[in-house]
Amino acid sequence: MKRVGVFVCHCGLNIAGNVNIKEVVDKAGKQQDVVFAIDHKYLCSEPGQALIKDSIRQHNLDAIVVAACSPAMHEPTFKTIAQLSGLNRYNCEIANIREQSSWVHDDVGEATAKAHITVRQSIRKVRLNEPLQPITVPVTRKVLVIGGGIAGIRAALDVANGGYQVYLVEKSGTIGGRMAQLSETFPTLDCSTCILGPLMVEVYRHPNIKLLRLSKVEDVKGYIGNFKVRVRQEPAYVDEAKCNACGECAKACPAQVPNEFDFGLTWRKAIYTPFAQAVPPAYVLDAKNCLGLLPQACGECKKACDKFGTSCMDLDAWPRIHDLEVGAIIASTGYELYDATKLTEYGYGIFPDVMTSLEFERMLSASGPTTGEIKRPSDGQTPREIVFIQCAGQREPETALPYCSKICCMYTARHAMMFRHKVPDGQAYVFYMDIRAGGKGYEEFVKRCQEEKGLLYLRGRVAKVYEENGKLIVKGVDTLSGKTVQINADLVVLAVGMIPSSESHELASKLKASLDANGFFSEAHPKLRPLESPTAGIFLAGAGQSPKDIPETVAQASGAASKVLGLLSSPTLEREPTVAQVVGELCSGCGICLSLCPYDALSLNAEKIAEVSEALCEGCGTCIASCPSGALTLRNLTDEQMVAMIEAIVE
Amino acid sequence: MIAAIEVEKRFEPKIVGFLCRWCSYAGADLAGTSRIKYPPNINAIRVNCSGRVDPTLVLKALASGADGVFIAGCHPGDCHYTNGNIKTLRRFKLLQKMLDQFGIERERVRLEWVSASEGERYARVVKGMTEDVRSLGPLNWKRTVEAVA
Repeated sequence: MKRVGVFVCHCGLNIAGNVNIKEVVDKAGKQQDVVFAIDHKYLCSEPGQALIKDSIRQHNLDAIVVAACSPAMHEPTFKTIAQLSGLNRYNCEIANIREQSSWVHDDVGEATAKAHITVRQSIRKVRLNEPLQPITVPVTRKVLVIGGGIAGIRAALDVANGGYQVYLVEKSGTIGGRMAQLSETFPTLDCSTCILGPLMVEVYRHPNIKLLRLSKVEDVKGYIGNFKVRVRQEPAYVDEAKCNACGECAKACPAQVPNEFDFGLTWRKAIYTPFAQAVPPAYVLDAKNCLGLLPQACGECKKACDKFGTSCMDLDAWPRIHDLEVGAIIASTGYELYDATKLTEYGYGIFPDVMTSLEFERMLSASGPTTGEIKRPSDGQTPREIVFIQCAGQREPETALPYCSKICCMYTARHAMMFRHKVPDGQAYVFYMDIRAGGKGYEEFVKRCQEEKGLLYLRGRVAKVYEENGKLIVKGVDTLSGKTVQINADLVVLAVGMIPSSESHELASKLKASLDANGFFSEAHPKLRPLESPTAGIFLAGAGQSPKDIPETVAQASGAASKVLGLLSSPTLEREPTVAQVVGELCSGCGICLSLCPYDALSLNAEKIAEVSEALCEGCGTCIASCPSGALTLRNLTDEQMVAMIEAIVE
Repeated sequence: MIAAIEVEKRFEPKIVGFLCRWCSYAGADLAGTSRIKYPPNINAIRVNCSGRVDPTLVLKALASGADGVFIAGCHPGDCHYTNGNIKTLRRFKLLQKMLDQFGIERERVRLEWVSASEGERYARVVKGMTEDVRSLGPLNWKRTVEAVA
């Protein structure tokens, strides 16, 4: 017989406001084996935890039920206090009476009745829990970073500087990501490349970082501390160690392709370097746009390389498979832009002089298609009247993106300011809904823009953009004056929203990391564990988790890196011991379980009895549901416990 | 007068829920943090994976007095344990045939995919199921199953 104690939390008024706490305590106290039941305003606080600790000692408890918030919140906290009070931590159960009771039922009577059943369920379960010891497993002290943008770069550098080996996987031919495409950064207006460039070089030179460009994660197996990752690296057809980026190959190449780095505003060859500051500083052959490799159609690049260059090309190269073993993974997969052609009212894709902010960004860049001059794509003329449309396709739950991308107010202000600096006699208009400039020095920056001459902020939406006599007619409303506005513009720039990178869904499946409703990686908890996925060992950095600017991205990347360093600081880690177990005398050796286990954790021993490898078992329990003789059981979630909980619900 | 009130008292079904920890339990929690209301007839048992839900446990629940059983797991392709939810689906199809043979309406046992971001969906399917089971009325296991036997 166990001596069970029940602790019911008010959670301020979060639970107590909608659940009759006294009734829950009283009824819990009458349950079999319950020797003590009490409530507290905040059980997770120091006095709350002290109450649990003292009660365990005073009443000689050997199991506790904490009726409070979801176990996803504070289960570790309460298990730890149980352990510190001399209990086995697996003799602590959480009854979720907040997220699944007080918060979801209006009627106090109903919520109280449900809370009582939930507590009863946990009491029945904990009575049958057995004390367990965590399983200790070794940690592979290496890290995989997926995505070589500023988030991945920062995270990789921080982990590598901590002394651990990092594999940095990047899908394109260079690291740098979106930040490499930017001209300046707000609110300081310093040049993006001057911040990013040195970091990229540092990654390349770092003895602890192995950069795998043109690479994709193909498969992920294992668990925290012990992941096995297969990475497929496409050939660059150029030996990056030998290439000196002389560019003779590109001069010889006859295949012209729109340059994606400039969003098709310029051309590149099939053999190219993505941009001048690319890292690694080596050319890449884009096999898709090459005139032919299998069989070889032209080979001019290699001929030129052999003649003028360093003979670094191998047109017969094959993809390489890297099987990596790592202890932690940082997903820093970044963002893409929402497809602006879907916003038909703005005419993007129909009128050449309607462009996205990132395209405009390239035009502002000294290394961009116009070497920093602002020109209309249609005729190359300098635009005099320019309209910026903020929130393009954002905060539109019915038709486009429901959320705010957070950075557009800031970069649009910067764009408008840069336009005014570059075209001193020009006039800029900014259509906005609200100005969201929360950040250090941000409000001041936007204010400065708004006070610029020749720059007009109009609060309202644009209804339509169309072309007439070579001008773009922008029709909108100024909601402050209540008047409709028509502007005859030379150029229209859309602040299109950020969406998660197109590969993130596939990657999330491989990582078994969940995504939120908008496709961004979910964090385990926005305040308790914001830098990690609910899946242990997967950490998050950058805009792949939610739209964010560079300072926030960098901060999150360093934060994720410090979490990883904490994980790797010990050569071993503890895993949950709630794994499958075989009752040998019941096993018939049929082997059904072996074929179902996703982890190959089951095997038949010499006596043809199933055996569980505790280091491999993840505790999913699918083998248990399949065993025809009931020989398999899940520790602390046995069939007996399941039945006890079922009966607690229905009685 | 009292008798009349008694008669009008609505039948409140008891529903046992099996929710996988990674998707559906988290989805149910999200319904909570978003304060989305749904009927209180369901009480959830948290399992690591819907694949843990042995069909005999479902029958056990019905035999013990549940009027309905709700199983929820990750969407296909999103299972934390690769494909435990697919195994659940296969078992569920077999279970449905058994329910037919027992003379138990299929609507009493429901399998749904609810992701961690679908709090609204969790509330909606639970509400729908509660209403469906309410309209079926109480499951009298003894009368239903033993009549077949």
